[in-house]
Amino acid sequence: MLRFILNNQTVETDLPSGMTVLDFVRYHKNLKGTKIGCREGDCGACTVLVGELTDGEVGYRSMTSCLMPLANAAGKHIVTIEGINPADGGLTPAQTALVDESGTQCGFCTVGFVMSLTGYSLSGGERSGETALSAIDGNICRCTGYKSIERAAKRICDLQFAICNSTISAAEVAGSQIDQAISTGTVPNYFESIGERLRMLFTEDSNRKLKIENRKWMAGGTDLYVQKHEEMVHAGAVSLFDDPSLRFINETADSVEIGPSVVVTDLLESEVFNRLFPDLYRHLKLVSSTPIRNMATLAGNFVNASPIGDMTAWFIALGARIELRDQFSGDERTIALADLYLGYKTLDRRDSEIISKITFGKDFTHFNFEKVSKRTYLDIASVNTAISLKVSDGMIERALVSMGGVAPTPLLLRKTSEFMTGRPFGHETFAAAELLIQDEIVPISDVRGSAEYKRLLARQLFRAHGLAVSSEQ
Amino acid sequence: MKNLDSKSHVRGESVYLDDIPVVEGTLYACVFDSPVAHGKLRSVNTDEAASAPGVVRVITANDLIGENQIGGILPDEPLLANGEVHFCGMPIAVVLAESDEQARAAASLVKAEIEPLEAIVDAREAFAKGSLIAAPKRFKLGDTEKAFESCAHVFEGKTRSGGQEHLYIETQGAYTLPSETGGLRVFSSTQGPTAVQKAVASVTGIPMNLIEVDVTRLGGGFGGKEDQANAWAAICAVSTQLTKRPVKYSLHRMEDMRMTGKRHPYSSDYRIGLDADLRIVAYDVVFYQNAGASCDLSLPVLERTLFHCTNSYFIPNVSAVAYSCKTNLPPNTAFRGFGGPQGMFVIESAIAHAADALGVDRDEIQRRNLLSSGDELPYGQIVESEAREAWSQADSVYDFATLKKEADEFNKTGGHLKKGVAMMPICFGISFTKTPMNQARSLVHVYTDGSVAVSTGAVEMGQGVNTKIAQVAASVFGISIEKVKVHTTNTLRIANTSPTAASAAADLNGKATQIACEKILERLNEVAAELELESWPPVGTGSGGDRQIGPPEGETPNWVELVNEAHLRRVNLSEHAHYATPGVGFDWSVAKGHPFAYHVFGTAIVGATVDCLRGTYEFDYVKCCHDFGQSMNSAVDRGQIEGGIVQGIGWMTIEEVVYDSEGRLRSNALSTYKIPDVYSVPDEIAIEALETTRPNLAVFNSKAVGEPPLMYGIGAYFAIREAVKAFDKENLPAFDAPFTAEKVLMNLHRS
Ligand SMILES: Cc1cc2nc3c(=O)[nH]c(=O)nc-3n(C[C@H](O)[C@H](O)[C@H](O)COP(=O)(O)OP(=O)(O)OC[C@H]3O[C@@H](n4cnc5c(N)ncnc54)[C@H](O)[C@@H]3O)c2cc1C
Ligand code: FES
Ligand code: FES
Repeated sequence: MLRFILNNQTVETDLPSGMTVLDFVRYHKNLKGTKIGCREGDCGACTVLVGELTDGEVGYRSMTSCLMPLANAAGKHIVTIEGINPADGGLTPAQTALVDESGTQCGFCTVGFVMSLTGYSLSGGERSGETALSAIDGNICRCTGYKSIERAAKRICDLQFAICNSTISAAEVAGSQIDQAISTGTVPNYFESIGERLRMLFTEDSNRKLKIENRKWMAGGTDLYVQKHEEMVHAGAVSLFDDPSLRFINETADSVEIGPSVVVTDLLESEVFNRLFPDLYRHLKLVSSTPIRNMATLAGNFVNASPIGDMTAWFIALGARIELRDQFSGDERTIALADLYLGYKTLDRRDSEIISKITFGKDFTHFNFEKVSKRTYLDIASVNTAISLKVSDGMIERALVSMGGVAPTPLLLRKTSEFMTGRPFGHETFAAAELLIQDEIVPISDVRGSAEYKRLLARQLFRAHGLAVSSEQ
Repeated sequence: MKNLDSKSHVRGESVYLDDIPVVEGTLYACVFDSPVAHGKLRSVNTDEAASAPGVVRVITANDLIGENQIGGILPDEPLLANGEVHFCGMPIAVVLAESDEQARAAASLVKAEIEPLEAIVDAREAFAKGSLIAAPKRFKLGDTEKAFESCAHVFEGKTRSGGQEHLYIETQGAYTLPSETGGLRVFSSTQGPTAVQKAVASVTGIPMNLIEVDVTRLGGGFGGKEDQANAWAAICAVSTQLTKRPVKYSLHRMEDMRMTGKRHPYSSDYRIGLDADLRIVAYDVVFYQNAGASCDLSLPVLERTLFHCTNSYFIPNVSAVAYSCKTNLPPNTAFRGFGGPQGMFVIESAIAHAADALGVDRDEIQRRNLLSSGDELPYGQIVESEAREAWSQADSVYDFATLKKEADEFNKTGGHLKKGVAMMPICFGISFTKTPMNQARSLVHVYTDGSVAVSTGAVEMGQGVNTKIAQVAASVFGISIEKVKVHTTNTLRIANTSPTAASAAADLNGKATQIACEKILERLNEVAAELELESWPPVGTGSGGDRQIGPPEGETPNWVELVNEAHLRRVNLSEHAHYATPGVGFDWSVAKGHPFAYHVFGTAIVGATVDCLRGTYEFDYVKCCHDFGQSMNSAVDRGQIEGGIVQGIGWMTIEEVVYDSEGRLRSNALSTYKIPDVYSVPDEIAIEALETTRPNLAVFNSKAVGEPPLMYGIGAYFAIREAVKAFDKENLPAFDAPFTAEKVLMNLHRS
């Protein structure tokens, strides 16, 4: 039995926990406002908001309901368009902005945009044209050409900005993000009670233990539901997504430890990551889209073993190590992330093992991430690559270069990295190292580019690393 | 005036096909389609599928009661494969089950024994093997042979432009219900309700008067649902006929992408001749269109390629030949622009080629050759041109010279970013080139409470046609637009409709509505005169009133009383009016005539920045001066321009339809076929209305706006090309669209 709050209603269901939230709301709850454009996370027509209690507050994030299993809705607040429509038939500020700017034509994508913009209004963080746009970076519209939607997003941002500014003095009075959203009519009044209702759900359900019935794990579902949608519905996979013991970012004196179920957005919002990676936002913006980043876990990225996983490339270049824990025996072992990959989609991992911790050292001085794809954003890389350097006194003490899309597995460019290690930090080293890369990679031609192109791209992106790290000094 | 659907759209209350409440007993269909592009279909084994859980029936070609034929133009398109398969994705069997999930699971259990035959995927290969859909089409003006001899400069070359997936966000689908008379009610996501009705009639053998097709709206069409909605409706209809149960099929995205056709890829040869003053004297062009496995709309698309082969330019000697080549791809079909963009890409490439070779700016050649009123187009129509006006207004408002200078200065500063600027004039003919299609009807009822119901043949798909039609009715009657409701498109209310296509739906159906309303108004005027009503008729009615706002400021006084009084006096408050575009016609036997009611003109300036390190690009701006005539709805029209530009840029840049050599679609999902996202669009899209008072045949003088702006996107290709040239001026990229990041990088770093 799964329990969660759907809009203003607590629902209980015995339907398979692998069924998607999308199918549940449309075909079992007759909430037809949520649309289907692709069922693979790539269009945003199915976007819903997911509210979750963290530190006593309800925080909302947008997610694509087509990839979200009911299992990951348990104990949360799922909001569809029907859950934010004003009861009097009127419009919320996001809806008004889209109407006023003619940001809707055929209307099929529109609800997704409304949900994303509402999610933006409910979230904290900086208010700017840029952040408002990134809230809708997972929503595809084929009709409008986006300019009208951009204008609407800008309006929402201005409104939010006005609220933020006007409430600085009266911060206490203004209360939480949710109280503000209620006062502007962004969400209905019942949102007030959701925190309390989620707490009750939680207490009632807290004696429910994670049952480990089989060896099928899932986390955010963004890979599994794209690859094997039909199968997942009845697979009975155990979700690791909400296990609090798998979601943490801890900083120690010389390293950072991360839980496997941490999602990309958690990194974006982490103080530690923003400090260690000054270009964090610019780099992570290249990874999928807001709703997918809200669901995509690090372990999911590592274990799906795609040769072009962005977070995989990122963490390989950090020399990350992963702890593998056998869920049946409890045995633990730790290996280098780069050593997880034995061959195309074959891993040094038993079915019963999960990744339980990711660790990397903080002693790098330079880091850069590069990715080129057919469409710059919300696309899988043709080639991606990351580099970390530890430089002192003009010498490279340690270099690690990773690259994806150029071999059956994500690569640590060992020869290139070794070559650079111990050499002066400067153009000559990069120019010489560039030549080694071509011997380490074996790209093939596919829909993401010809082998020849990927070889050229590998060289160019390595040059881009050179430019980036030298300007970083 | 906003699109009238806006409010229900943002509240998620607008109804699309998959939202229609499902009736008890509904079955779900799923198609088993060919995994092979070309082959002999030896046998189809449906036993395992038929005995799968929930399956009620499996249908193959032999089960059809009517004809196994849905070809609209040529009878060359079976609904279900019989004997042979012609493309990957060709429907072979239909599984019907109690649930969608069961139907899908069972469809994968169907087995077909197919003996593969050679598959052709390339248009030129098909041409070489004599595989054509029909005889070639030709346009001829002047004498090119002679003219080339006198040219100071002659250049020739090849171009290619790729396909384009429509990617309407709502996939194709249909839902059919049996009606008690042995007929059918068909809900379809189609731009052509009559086309669906005909296809259903063909495969079921049921006469058209027993087939009701109803369309509320589409979640996007762009041409993809003009003819290609037929198959899904026909499949559901046949299924309902055979099982006597309602049947629904809403395609999954990958099924849709795999089984439906796209914009036609073209490969072309050109030869262009200029005199010493850079005037284009002669143009010779051969188009090889990749039609796919059957005709579909390929021939009219091919014709429009010819109609627009000289774009916005006057060329006195033209010889154009177009071949529709039959290949083993899904039948390619209508897509916004309908072959026009493909034709324009070639002349723009030819001009760029000449400019490169002569060391002059591309825009210099463009400007010198723009059409003037009175010029003869290659198909004989004497043009009423705004081409020069649009160009000069764009030039003076946006200051092209300065934009170019800024780019040049920027490019001198070094660094890995380079800028390119390109001009893109357009000229697009409005009307169906098949003259009989230029007709429409509108049914208008005025009710005794003063409310008005309008039905037309136009299908609403986001382009705002119903809003414009409501504006017409409100303006003629001088009532508030809230009193007008434009209803679903329904073949029982409006018969024999032309599809909503060719940008012409608002013109044709708007004019028919205007006529219907004016007839009713005339009768009301008589009643008013008898009553000696004061302030009747109110100022502004009958002629459109305040078209920009739709409803006039003050509501017509006494409207409700007058309507009531008229009803009591037994005056007819309904009208079914007919409109046929006057003066259009075309004679294919000589390939000359006056096919278009009018042309739409405009000029865009596109600015791009290329990252020469990574091969990626962004668009800084598209600034255009566009010929709206006098726009009756600037909000709707602006949306059409912005959307069209971005779709055109997509076609020219990141949208790459990839088939492998066996005819299998590789770009078969949204993860591998990329359309513009919010970050791919130009930072700025500026739109100026061309200042013109010239009368035209458009509804309320408000020119058609659906297709033309897409072609501004062609400028994106040439802007990128300019930037690539700025990186290395020896570097002259081939004319091979789309200009993907891969092609850019490979061009930038050739060695
Ligand atoms: C629209 C879209 C865009 C995308 N864009 C990108 C992109 O730009 N870059 C990119 O790299 N990826 C992208 N992806 C892929 C995907 O989002 C990521 O790989 C994501 O990190 C997967 O995480 P998940 O939690 O959703 O994995 P899931 O789908 O839940 O699981 C993936 C695999 O990991 C296993 N797994 C999960 N957690 C654990 C664990 N703790 N221990 C052991 N095994 C585990 C599962 O069993 C499964 O085999 C995209 C996906 C979509 C749908
Ligand atoms: S349906 Fe496209 S993202 Fe979910
Ligand atoms: S309005 Fe049609 S897809 Fe956005």
